[in-house]
Amino acid sequence: MSITEDEARKVAHLARIAVDDAQLPALARELSGILKFMEQLNEVDVDGVEPMTGVTPMRLKRREDIVTAGGMQDKILANAPDAREGFFAVPKVVE
Amino acid sequence: MSDLNKLSIAEARDALAKGDVTSVELTDACLAAIETSGALNAFVHQTPDMARDMARAADQRIKAGDAAPMTGIPVGIKDLFCVKGVQTQAASRILEGFRPEYESTVTQNLWDAGAVMLGKLNQDEFAMGSTNENSVYGRSVNPWKADDGQELTAGGSSGGSAAAVAADLCLAATGTDTGGSIRQPAAFTGIVGLKPTYGRVSRWGVVAFASSLDQAGPMTKSVRDAAIMLGAMASVDEKDSTSAERPVPDFEAALTGDIRGKKIGIPREYRLDGLRDDIASVWKQGADMLRDAGAEIVDISLPHTKYALPAYYVIAPAEASSNLARYDGVRYGRRAKLGQGDGIVEMYEKTRAEGFGPEVQRRVMIGTYVLSAGFYDAYYNRARKIRTLIKQDFENAYASGVDAILAPATPSSAFPLGAMDDADPVQVYLNDVFTVTLNLAGLPGISVPVGLDARGLPLGLQLFGRPFEEADLLNQALVLEKAAGFVAKPNRWW
Repeated sequence: MSITEDEARKVAHLARIAVDDAQLPALARELSGILKFMEQLNEVDVDGVEPMTGVTPMRLKRREDIVTAGGMQDKILANAPDAREGFFAVPKVVE
Repeated sequence: MSDLNKLSIAEARDALAKGDVTSVELTDACLAAIETSGALNAFVHQTPDMARDMARAADQRIKAGDAAPMTGIPVGIKDLFCVKGVQTQAASRILEGFRPEYESTVTQNLWDAGAVMLGKLNQDEFAMGSTNENSVYGRSVNPWKADDGQELTAGGSSGGSAAAVAADLCLAATGTDTGGSIRQPAAFTGIVGLKPTYGRVSRWGVVAFASSLDQAGPMTKSVRDAAIMLGAMASVDEKDSTSAERPVPDFEAALTGDIRGKKIGIPREYRLDGLRDDIASVWKQGADMLRDAGAEIVDISLPHTKYALPAYYVIAPAEASSNLARYDGVRYGRRAKLGQGDGIVEMYEKTRAEGFGPEVQRRVMIGTYVLSAGFYDAYYNRARKIRTLIKQDFENAYASGVDAILAPATPSSAFPLGAMDDADPVQVYLNDVFTVTLNLAGLPGISVPVGLDARGLPLGLQLFGRPFEEADLLNQALVLEKAAGFVAKPNRWW
């Protein structure tokens, strides 16, 4: 499986990482090399094998659906690059 | 007492208890060592005021007769751990200026035990790397050098932690291990590094890389210190849904030095084509040492070992691409400067292109690809099935009566910084060939320094244990450590 420049552009966009067109051939080559390495996995017979979801056999812990923390708007906004009037601020979103 | 920074945790604890030394003295000795260690680039954020305050409080606690085993012990913290109010960046530009409003469970446990915070330690960005060269702070440097004087990698991703402990800048440090990031740098710097069983140590407040593989652990000067520090780091934590409901035993009390009758497995699949002679020979020496101590050495097979590395490089990037989606320039960290008319998508794309280094970008994109529609089954699901088979390999070995497994920690000793600059990414990934299996299987493992290679650089061996039996594992490691008698230290050049 090798990745074309177009596919590299698409995957970069899906990952929300800006990539210059000039960098696409190198990116496609690198990603193809990594995927080629992964192709060894096709040698293994995995029929009837369950895909692992958790490495330790345990039931995910449950708890009451109640508020356990909150009332810390200041702390939550403290590290925001742009916070205004108690909100995170972002550029205008127009669909 | 001179050279207090060179003490082990156990030695310092005993000296503190006897009143021969104070935590303030220990802390000042470490701060002075850090002060002149710029060339190693290990400590990237120093917290001397916090350290002295904590040391004074520890001294009072000791005086009051209320000391825990880590009380008054100065430690370094890998940058990946959130420490309230202290810059925490995961060595990434995207978290520039981030000061957590909360404390990771591991560091909280250490402070509750009375440990002293010296500062934050260098690492590969988001713990992705095997050389500590992928860091916004620049590379950290191994205190060890061969005769040619070239600067060597301290390993990765916990390279700063390893360099700091090996250079006696602190008594011990925290590390994290997703594919070998504690054990490989420990081996490269001649120290002990323990990756606990998945679930033993809380992941809460540790910047996430690959959540099903990440586990924090101690990096120390001795096996005894690893036992003491693991006891302080581990806890059952309701803030981490994968924290195991298991009481934390007294790991140090289990260090009897008696391993008679234990069965140690030697996995034949780790005898790779082209395995270096010095690695093969130190591996054999290690097996002989354990046999001489009364253990039985048996050959075992872990048939899917070969597939661990490619499976890991599907699963870890897949989880990373999901975990790192949170760095969007909105809630914390750095936002790129936007152009006229840029909307929210441009904000995300520019922020992430500027904020993530090349290796992180590569892994996020690979992860995105293997999770995308049409490829999910072919890559991600297949890798998860192979992960099941890899875990079964270990379960079969343990079911056959093996107590622990002995393997090399790394394919070589530390190599020069820059040696991998022109290598393709897959070649760099091969550094993790002996370590990733353990993370995929969720098992505990420890790297112990066993000898020096022909160039005078440390070589380490790994022991793998049964799940949640770190106490036994540490005891076996203690026997290996004693028999190997590794006492070499790097010559100070920095």
